[in-house]
Amino acid sequence: MPDTPSSPGPADAPLVAPSVVERVLAAALRRGGDMAEIFAEDRQTSGASLDDRRVEELSSGRERGAGIRVVVGDTTGFAHTADLSEAGLLRAAEAAAAVARDGGGGARVVALPARHGRPPRAEVLPSTVAKPRKLELLIRADDAARATGGEITQVQVGYGDSRRRVLVASTEGVLAEDDQVRTRLSVVCVASGDTGMQTGYESVARTMGFELFDQVDVDEIARVAARRALGKLSARPAPSGEVPVVLAGGSGGILFHEACGHGLEADHIVKDSSVYVGRVGEQVASPLVTLVDDGTITGEWGNYAVDDEGRPAGRNVLIDHGVLTDYMWDWLRARKQGRQSSGNGRRQSYQHLPMVRMTNTFLMAGTEDPDEIVAQTPSGVYVAKLGGGQVNTATGDFVFGTTEAYLIEHGRITEPLRDANLIGNGPEVLRRIDAVAGDFSMTPGTCGKDGQSVPVGCGQATLRIIGVTIGGTAA
Amino acid sequence: MSELLDLARSVVDRARPGEGVEAYVARGHDTEVRAFAGEVEQLASASSAGIGVRVVLGAAEGEGSRVGFAWAGSLEPRVVDAVLAEARDNAAYATADPHVALAPPDGVAPAELDLWDPGFSAVSTDEKVRMALELEQMVRGAHPRVRQVESADYGDASVEVALASTTGIRATSRRTSAYVSVSAIAGDGEESQTGSGFSVGRAAPALDLERAGEDAVTRAVRLLGAGKVRSGRFTVVFDPRVVATLLSVVSSALSGEAVVKGRSFFAGRLGEEVASGMVTLADDPTDPRAYGAAVFDGEGLACRRNVLIDGGVLEAFVHDSVSARRAGTVSTGSAVRGGYSGTPGAGCRALALTPGELDQSGILAAVGEGVYVQSITGVHSGVSTVSGDFSVGAEGLMIRAGALAEPVREVTVASTLQRMLRSVLHVGRDVQWLPGAAAGQTVAIADMQLSGS
Repeated sequence: MPDTPSSPGPADAPLVAPSVVERVLAAALRRGGDMAEIFAEDRQTSGASLDDRRVEELSSGRERGAGIRVVVGDTTGFAHTADLSEAGLLRAAEAAAAVARDGGGGARVVALPARHGRPPRAEVLPSTVAKPRKLELLIRADDAARATGGEITQVQVGYGDSRRRVLVASTEGVLAEDDQVRTRLSVVCVASGDTGMQTGYESVARTMGFELFDQVDVDEIARVAARRALGKLSARPAPSGEVPVVLAGGSGGILFHEACGHGLEADHIVKDSSVYVGRVGEQVASPLVTLVDDGTITGEWGNYAVDDEGRPAGRNVLIDHGVLTDYMWDWLRARKQGRQSSGNGRRQSYQHLPMVRMTNTFLMAGTEDPDEIVAQTPSGVYVAKLGGGQVNTATGDFVFGTTEAYLIEHGRITEPLRDANLIGNGPEVLRRIDAVAGDFSMTPGTCGKDGQSVPVGCGQATLRIIGVTIGGTAA
Repeated sequence: MSELLDLARSVVDRARPGEGVEAYVARGHDTEVRAFAGEVEQLASASSAGIGVRVVLGAAEGEGSRVGFAWAGSLEPRVVDAVLAEARDNAAYATADPHVALAPPDGVAPAELDLWDPGFSAVSTDEKVRMALELEQMVRGAHPRVRQVESADYGDASVEVALASTTGIRATSRRTSAYVSVSAIAGDGEESQTGSGFSVGRAAPALDLERAGEDAVTRAVRLLGAGKVRSGRFTVVFDPRVVATLLSVVSSALSGEAVVKGRSFFAGRLGEEVASGMVTLADDPTDPRAYGAAVFDGEGLACRRNVLIDGGVLEAFVHDSVSARRAGTVSTGSAVRGGYSGTPGAGCRALALTPGELDQSGILAAVGEGVYVQSITGVHSGVSTVSGDFSVGAEGLMIRAGALAEPVREVTVASTLQRMLRSVLHVGRDVQWLPGAAAGQTVAIADMQLSGS
């Protein structure tokens, strides 16, 4: 909602005054401890939804507060408060410091570096856009989806934007701020026919302001969702068993997010709960696989200037031509190994502790022609769009679901298939990639881990896996 | 409590003529302890509070009403003022709809449920820490094959809610809850398998650490040596925990809102036989054993028992007041909302199947040959309550000669939800009340496609 008169006005006013930050950090370490940190956040969101041809609801939300973390040896104490006054922060610091029982911290002077305010990275702040302009997008998308075919019986359109100002300061000498603006639109269509109902989904989501809609065609997003639903009305059951699979560029990046991304997060590594423990330097994937996690790509859904521990976002090569080069790190796990964070410490909000998270994770493009890859696949499954997935990092087993897929017969894409999950084992599937094309693209998504959700990007070019198990109902 | 209701009423009292206002105020406190390798890895405790306000504006000429919503994670007076003003402004932009209105009181008396354990606040932080550490140690030392305890957690929460509206709704409720959960990794050479266990209750003394620990260990260790199996059609016996997940999925299709908007495979099928005669499914938030037990729904109406499928026949859907008006019926007291930042929608809180005759071993013996599924993955990416398509990753054990045999992993099981409901062979009597919106028990379903090698 709009700023009330007494809330922080200009973007260069800090969420918490530097002198207060210093006193709160000192208080947090009064009973001892290795590190204290304040993460202050002010998040404003607005959303609108259209369903059943009606603008059902506009909503606005506001959440401000701070989380305080005190680390003593291997133990982390954490408390959060919605009260950003000095008294409120001191109370939270006291609660977080309860884990430091040894005392002996004594008085500690905390000196922070000079601060540099960071302007919001958006050309058009969504809060400055009149509500009717946002609603117009919903109505346009609804019209475009319904115009795609008479069998479209229901359309749901969602619009959302958020602005998240954060300040992170710690006794490690960190003082950083960021101002993250995100905007998204999604369309879900239901098509009805003789064989029942099918759904189609498409979305666009970028780390930018309302200028997003100068760059994307909302009508086309709606038509893609509608076509996806319509196409499945005549779909046959997906096959079962192990088949060659060609993944189209973009959403297939979820494969890497699940097959190895989570397993390369250092919290799983230090707990010995990943199949990739101790494998740096080893060939863990086909030589065609170069995997990168990059939080610095302006505008991508998983982009930020600094992570939620105040470290700059990084571009980290995880797998280079099939060889595992590194894991992703946050401050806590990097410290154990005597190294630096890779800028992957993220949290859902000030009410959560940071942990190792992906940003924008993608497979570098190859050189082959995507049509040739299909032409050289005598039979198999072509996955045009993946939905989501899930992985067990300790075993490496993962699933990912199709939302648009076709049979490949004699090197040609033929009949549409009903939705199904594919299942595989990370290290095995990565070794079975035998072709990567040059048609790279990215897809936005939401990644859930240990109860926290954060925006991420996934990307890849068209690729082929020589064999993976697909879970359809056809024998 | 009365302080929260006073705040909610003070917002409602500021409604302008012709305006409907509803205020939902919540306050909570929670603690989380995670143990790892004999140490406290994390100790977090915090309080939070917030408000969500809906404003309904009547439109001219009986066209209907418009609703707007705003929320904030704070109860400061100036923030509350801003929330009301913003909800009012948002309402002006919605499409007028004859079915939109705040729920009026319906005269149904609230159940007498005590969901607040008075002993809750007597549990010290030290005691909570001790429980997490004890659980971690217990699992670590339980079996030579357990090579890691990925996490051992204790958590608890207390929540108080007040809801008031211009239609005369005045509701307050409060609840406490506590849980322990643990995740074990069993290893044999290069191989790893995982299993989890948990226990839930209204407060720490109700938790069964041993049961949670044993579950995690048994589930991880028995999967060691698992492999893929050949694809084929099998009778599948689902573990109670998996059944609870499946019922939660089915509940989306039983939401009156999904039905009236043509997004449920149950739409248009009231009164028809949709499941095996063995299936009787009710949503009963007034059952105190249910994790989701509640006195009031998300619009402040009394929660009540609703029988949704009776002997295989689809009898009813769950409705909130808006979906009910759209469907030409009345609310079933089934509005659910995700705290102060969410708006109400129709949903289930405490689904449970009427128990059958057999326990798990009886069902395995009756089935003879098949697959026992211990856990599933990919529910969000592989199950649709619109089309009914069902495809999930699975791990578990083969059933041979009526007993559990060798372990299986990296397979999928697939069918459609419509077919699965009609193909239920056995419903167990081994009901477990689990976290989430549904209870679980062992269930056997015939003729599912298993995809492996």
